[in-house]
Amino acid sequence: MATRDVTAGPPAELVEAHAPVALFDRVTLAFDEKVILRDVTFDVRFGHTKIFLGASGAGKSTILKLMLGLLKPDSGTIWVLGQRVDTMTEAQLMRVREHMGMVFQEGALFDSLTVGENVGFKLYEDSDLSLSEVRERVEEVLGFVSLAEHIDKLPSALSGGQRRRVAIARAMITRPKVLLYDEPTTGLDPMTCLSVDTEIVKLRDLQQVTSVLVTHQLRDAFYIASHEARRNGREVELVEASEQKVEEADFVMIREGRVAFEGSAWELRHSKDAYLQTFLS
Amino acid sequence: MSGNWAVEFVKKALLEVQEYVRLCFAAGRAAVSRPFYFRDVMEQIDIIGLGSLTVVLLTGFFTGAVLALQSGMTLDQFGARPFVGRLISASMIKELGPVLTALMLSGRVGSGIAAELGSMVVTEQISALRALGTDPVRKLVVPRVLAGFIMCPILTVVANAVGLLGGWIIALTQLRVASGVYWSSVVEGLYIQDVWMGIIKPFFLGFVIVTIGCHVGLRTSGGTQGVGRATTNAVVASSVVVLIVDFFLTRFLISILF
Repeated sequence: MATRDVTAGPPAELVEAHAPVALFDRVTLAFDEKVILRDVTFDVRFGHTKIFLGASGAGKSTILKLMLGLLKPDSGTIWVLGQRVDTMTEAQLMRVREHMGMVFQEGALFDSLTVGENVGFKLYEDSDLSLSEVRERVEEVLGFVSLAEHIDKLPSALSGGQRRRVAIARAMITRPKVLLYDEPTTGLDPMTCLSVDTEIVKLRDLQQVTSVLVTHQLRDAFYIASHEARRNGREVELVEASEQKVEEADFVMIREGRVAFEGSAWELRHSKDAYLQTFLS
Repeated sequence: MSGNWAVEFVKKALLEVQEYVRLCFAAGRAAVSRPFYFRDVMEQIDIIGLGSLTVVLLTGFFTGAVLALQSGMTLDQFGARPFVGRLISASMIKELGPVLTALMLSGRVGSGIAAELGSMVVTEQISALRALGTDPVRKLVVPRVLAGFIMCPILTVVANAVGLLGGWIIALTQLRVASGVYWSSVVEGLYIQDVWMGIIKPFFLGFVIVTIGCHVGLRTSGGTQGVGRATTNAVVASSVVVLIVDFFLTRFLISILF
């Protein structure tokens, strides 16, 4: 069992210039008798994309909730943006969460608020900006996900894909350093999946947001890993990613709460492991 | 086997009580520190207070009326029909007004809060709130608790007033008791301690109804089925607890007021 020393500083690798944005060290979590995660260790580098794959119930979404401090591990340590989040109180966690955003599985939009109020929620609640400045910023981020004309609609009036894009807009409004995506394309048609994937790539490459993605949609995972967004004048285009960009996407396979594989897209595709081959087939 | 079941049941019940007390303390702390959500408090006062007005008016009026009908028959046996006002005012203001209003609020407000917060839990809106840096206790629980705490006594006073009115209509039309006799009997039957009791109790009952609704709602699990279960549990738990709290509170108030 790891000790919980709140006063201990971050480990040396987290205070370096190119420190990992997040670090899990032998994290274990169980609900009653059921072990969800067992000795999970990995790190997430700045500007990189970490993609967690695995079957439903493997514990992928739990990793994101632990990273955000929504859950606490039974043992092990979790560092995010240089702070040890597994020992923090809810009030302390609020300060870390200011630099993070999360897109939940079904969007988790507040159904009594309009799209604009959902997206600008954080700014309306907790910023010095005037109402008109918040509205301007909301229009800007909704424009980024091509939904500016839906600003006054209620979430129930939007399609599934539009709701996910609004959730992305809500998560990015405070310009976070890290964005966590919990199955952002599950249950969507292929064309809508592509538009959500495009937003993830655009955010990562144009706004330098470190992305942590949980999915079991292989096509989306490989698309995000193999494409990059570039500005061409006022237009943004998605092109085949450079070799370096491809290497910046790390895949992690979670199987029954353990890390079964960690490596690049190429290594994943060429793995001889029978389980991985079955998963990829 | 049955021993294990009993131990598990007691452990589960104690855990629920512990979590409920923790929520009450968290709400208490959040109510006296920044940030405050005044707009949400006003919104909840509107939903809990004005929204429950119709049901409270109807409950109060017909309770007063039926009390006059029933007690009129009994009082007749002793030739004490003119004292009907005294009986109605004492019953309504001390006991029936606070308890019936609280039970109506348990059904309307407690269930509504549990269903609303429960839906927010199962659709991850509560997690989204936390992820956006907003404390759900401050944003959702405190405004509801304050609204319940403020509005329950006000609604009780309204229920008492229309109850006396209902009794007056029956006394006048069915029992043939003169208005002046009825209203002077109402006033004579009341002591200031009774009024205090009728005013103090609803503060506690309002607090209990709303905190139970919030607690059950925030601990919802198991999808839409879980929301239904939470709603039922909130109504059952708050109704029973209202009656229990009313009993102990009445005993306590009698010991200090009389």
